[in-house]
Amino acid sequence: MTAEIFDADIARGEDLARKKSFGQGPPPFFAEPPFDPGDRGEGSNTPVGNVFLAMLLFIGADVMFFAGLIGAFVVFRFGAIDWPPFGQPRLPIAVTGLNTLILLVSGVTMLQTWRHLDDWKRRRIANGLNLTALLGVIFLLVQGYEWAKLIRFGLTMQSSVYGAIFYTLIGCHALHVFGAVIWLLVVLMQLQRNQFNAKKHNSIKLAGMYWFLVVALWPVLYGLVYLR
Amino acid sequence: MSGTATKSPDAHAHQGFLRTYIFSLDHKMIGKQFLILGLTMLLLGGGLALLIRWQLAYPEKPLPLIGASEQFVTTGDPDSTSSWDRTWTEWLSKEEKEQNWLTRNVPQGVITPAFYNSLFTMHATIMIFFVVMPILVGCFGNFLIPLMIGTRDMAFPVLNMLSFWIAVIAGIIMIAGFFVPGGHAAAGWTSYTPLSSDPQWTGVDWGQNLWCISLIILGISSLMGSINYITTIINMRAPGMTLFRMPLAIWSLFIVAILLLLALPVLTAALAMLLFDRMAGTHFFAPSGGGEPLLWQHLFWFFGHPEVYILILPGMGIASEILAVFSRKPIFGYKAMVWAMVAIAFLGWIVWGHHMFQSGMNPALGTTFMVSTMLIAVPSAIKTFNWLGTLWGGNIRFTTPMLHALAFVSMFVIGGLSGIYMASTPVDIFIHDTYYIVAHIHYVVFGGSVFAIFGGIVFWFPKMFGRMMNEKLNKIHFWLTFLAFNGTFFPMHILGVGGHMRRIYNPLQYEFLKDLQPINIFISICAFVLGFTQLLFLFNMLYSIKRGKKAEDNPWQANTLEWMAIYPIPHGNFAALPTVYRGPYEYSSPEVEEDWLPQTKKLAASAHGNGHHG
Ligand code: HEM
Ligand SMILES: [Cu+2]
Repeated sequence: MTAEIFDADIARGEDLARKKSFGQGPPPFFAEPPFDPGDRGEGSNTPVGNVFLAMLLFIGADVMFFAGLIGAFVVFRFGAIDWPPFGQPRLPIAVTGLNTLILLVSGVTMLQTWRHLDDWKRRRIANGLNLTALLGVIFLLVQGYEWAKLIRFGLTMQSSVYGAIFYTLIGCHALHVFGAVIWLLVVLMQLQRNQFNAKKHNSIKLAGMYWFLVVALWPVLYGLVYLR
Repeated sequence: MSGTATKSPDAHAHQGFLRTYIFSLDHKMIGKQFLILGLTMLLLGGGLALLIRWQLAYPEKPLPLIGASEQFVTTGDPDSTSSWDRTWTEWLSKEEKEQNWLTRNVPQGVITPAFYNSLFTMHATIMIFFVVMPILVGCFGNFLIPLMIGTRDMAFPVLNMLSFWIAVIAGIIMIAGFFVPGGHAAAGWTSYTPLSSDPQWTGVDWGQNLWCISLIILGISSLMGSINYITTIINMRAPGMTLFRMPLAIWSLFIVAILLLLALPVLTAALAMLLFDRMAGTHFFAPSGGGEPLLWQHLFWFFGHPEVYILILPGMGIASEILAVFSRKPIFGYKAMVWAMVAIAFLGWIVWGHHMFQSGMNPALGTTFMVSTMLIAVPSAIKTFNWLGTLWGGNIRFTTPMLHALAFVSMFVIGGLSGIYMASTPVDIFIHDTYYIVAHIHYVVFGGSVFAIFGGIVFWFPKMFGRMMNEKLNKIHFWLTFLAFNGTFFPMHILGVGGHMRRIYNPLQYEFLKDLQPINIFISICAFVLGFTQLLFLFNMLYSIKRGKKAEDNPWQANTLEWMAIYPIPHGNFAALPTVYRGPYEYSSPEVEEDWLPQTKKLAASAHGNGHHG
C-alpha cells in the first residue's frame, strides 16, 4: 500500500528532522533548500503548471486594470452631451481599423507559432515569432503616427477629458504591446542561443499568452473608443 | 517525491546572513519579515492615533512632553522656568526656511489643522495598508500556506522575496511623505476628489503624490503575493489534501488572494488617473475641466469594499482555527463556512455604493445597494452562528488565543450590526460621516482583524519562534486591550448619533458638540491606555523569543499540518511530504483515545475511515 510507504517515509523524515534540529551541526534552516520548488510531491497531477497558472492570474489582474479604465471611459463617454466635445478632433477610424486588422493577424501568426511548439519545428517557430513581433512594431508605429497627428490637431491630455481618457486608455494598451514586443524579442534571442528545445519552451508559451492578451484587448478598445 | 526527500539538507552549503535573514527565499522567514514590517508600522500608526485623540480631547492644547507651557500658548509669554518654552522660542524665532519639522507641524506643541488632516489620513492608510494587510495576508499567508497544505515552499520563492522588499519600498515612500514640503496627504484615506486631485484645496503637494505612488507600488507587491498564494494553493497541496480538507485559514487566504488580485488593479487605475490629474494637468476628477468627481468614489469603493473583506476574511480563518482547537470540537458546518466566505467575496463586489448614499447618487441605485448590502449580512451571520455552534457543548480551554478569538467573534457581531444600520439608506443619511462610522470601522477592523492578529501571533508563536509566549502577560494584555478597546470605540456610537462629525479638527468650535466633550475626553483616556498596553505585547514577544518556555512540537494538541513540522523548521519544511487522511478539525473523535486526530495520522482501516463529521 502506498499509504504505508508514506507513513514509513514520514517517520523517517521526522527522525531526520529531529536529529537535525537538536543534534549536531547548524540548524537546517541555514541550509540551501533540499528541493526544487516546482516539486509537488508524488501523486500530484495538476492540470495547469505553476507558471501557466501564474500567467493566467496575472492576465486576470491586468484585465481588471483595464476594466477600471474602461469603466472611467464609459462614465465619461455616456455622461457627455457631445462626444467628442466641441472643437476636439475625431479619431481616425479607418486607419486604426486597418491597424486593428494588423494586430489581429499578429494574433493568428502567434497561434500558428504556438501550434508548432509541440512538434518543435524550430525554424517555423523563429519565423512565426519574428513575424508576430514585426506586426506588433508596425501596429505601434501606425499608432504613434496617428497620435502625432492628433496632437497637432489639438488633442492632448490637458485639452479635455476626452483627450485624457483616450491617451490614458489607448496609451496603456500601447505600453502593453510595447512590453509584449520586447518580451517576444527576448524569447527570440534565447531561441537563437538554443536555450529552448522540444521539451523546454515554457517561456515562449508565456510570451504567447501575453501576446494573446494584448491582441484580445484591442478590438474591445477599438470598438468602444473609436467606433460609436 | 521520495527521490528529493532523501537528499538531505546537509549536502548543501551554509547560507550567509544575507540569504538567511534579509533576502531569504524561505516562506517562513518572509512571513516573519512581514510581521516585523507590520508591527513597526503599528507603532507608527498607533502613535498617529494617539496624537489625533489628544487633539480631540484637549483641542489646541500643547502636547505633553514636548509642548510649551499653557501660559506660552495662550498668552504668548514664555514661562522662564520651562526649558521647552525656551526651546520653542528659539526655534520659532528663526526664519521660516530654517525652522524644523516640529515647528511646521506642531508649533509650541500644538497640532495644526493641516497636520491634523495628515494625521487621520495617514493613520488609516498606514493601519490598513501597512499593518493589517502585511500581518494578516503577508505574515500569516506566507507562514501558514505552505505549512498547512503540506508543501515545501511557495510556488515562486523569488517572487515572494521581491514581494516583501517591494512592500518595504512602498512603506519607505509612504513615510517619506511626512517630510516633504506641504506635508503629507490630507484628504482622508479615501482621498475623495476634487479635494485630493487639486493641490490648492488641501495645500498638500508631494505628500499626496507620494501617497499615490506608494500605493501603486504596494499594489505590485500584493499582486506578486496573491499570484503566489493562489498558485501554491491550487497546485502544491500535499497528497490527500483535497480542497475540502484544507483548514479554513487557508480557504480564507485563498479567497483573499483572489480578491486582492482582482480588486487592487482597479485601485491602481484610479490612482494613476489621480496622479495624472495632479501632475499631468488632466481633469478626470475636476468638474471645471469636464471631469467627474464621483468617478473617483465609484472606482475607489469598487476596490474599497472588497478591500475591507480582505482585511476581515483572514481574521475569520484564523479565528476558526483557534475556536476549533480550543473547543476541542470540529468546526460546526465546515462546508457552510467555506461557502459563506465565497458568498461574502462574491457579494462584496456589488455593494460598493453603500459608501455613497450621500453622494447624490440616483436613489433607485441607492436602494439596490441597500438591498445587496443587507444580503451580505446573511453569510456573515452564517459564520457567526457556526462559530457559536462550534463553541456549543465544547470542552473550552480559555487560553489567550482563545480569548482573542472570542473577542473577535463578539466584536465582529457588534461591527456587523452597526453595518446593517448604516446599510439602510434613511438611517445612513443621518449617521453618514459621523463618529458612528468610525465606531463601525474600528469594531470590524480593530475588534475583528486586530484581535485575530493577536490571537494568531500567540497561537502560532511556538511554530514561529520555538517558544511559548508568557501566558500571564498575555492575559493582562488581553483584558486591558479588550476593556480599553470597548471604552475607546463604544462611546463613538453615541458621539455619532449625537451628530459628531468625523475628521473635524476641534469639536469645541461647534456649540451643539460642547456637551459631548466629556465623552471625547473619556475616549481619549481609554485610547491612551489601549495604545500603551500594546507595548506590553511587544515586550512579551521580544522577551519570549529569547527567554520564553521552550515549546513542544504540538503544544495545543492541534490537528493541522503545521504542527507536524518540527522546530526549527528547515527550509523545505518537511523531510518527507506528509500525506493527509482527513479534514483538519477531527477533535474529540471517537476513533482515537486522545481528543485530537492529526490530519496525517493513519488509522487502521475502519468502517468510516474517511472521518467525515456532519
Ligand atoms: C455585515 C457586514 C457589514 C455591513 C452591512 C457594512 C456596512 C457598511 C456601510 C453601509 C458603510 C458606509 C457608512 C457610511 O459611510 O455612511 C460602511 C463603512 C465602512 N465599513 Fe462596513 N459593513 C460591514 C462589514 C465591514 C467589515 C467586515 C469591514 C472591515 C473589516 C468594514 C469596514 C468598513 C470601513 C473601513 C468603512 C468606512 C469607510 C470610510 O468611509 O472610511 N465593514 N460599512
Ligand atoms: Cu463597504
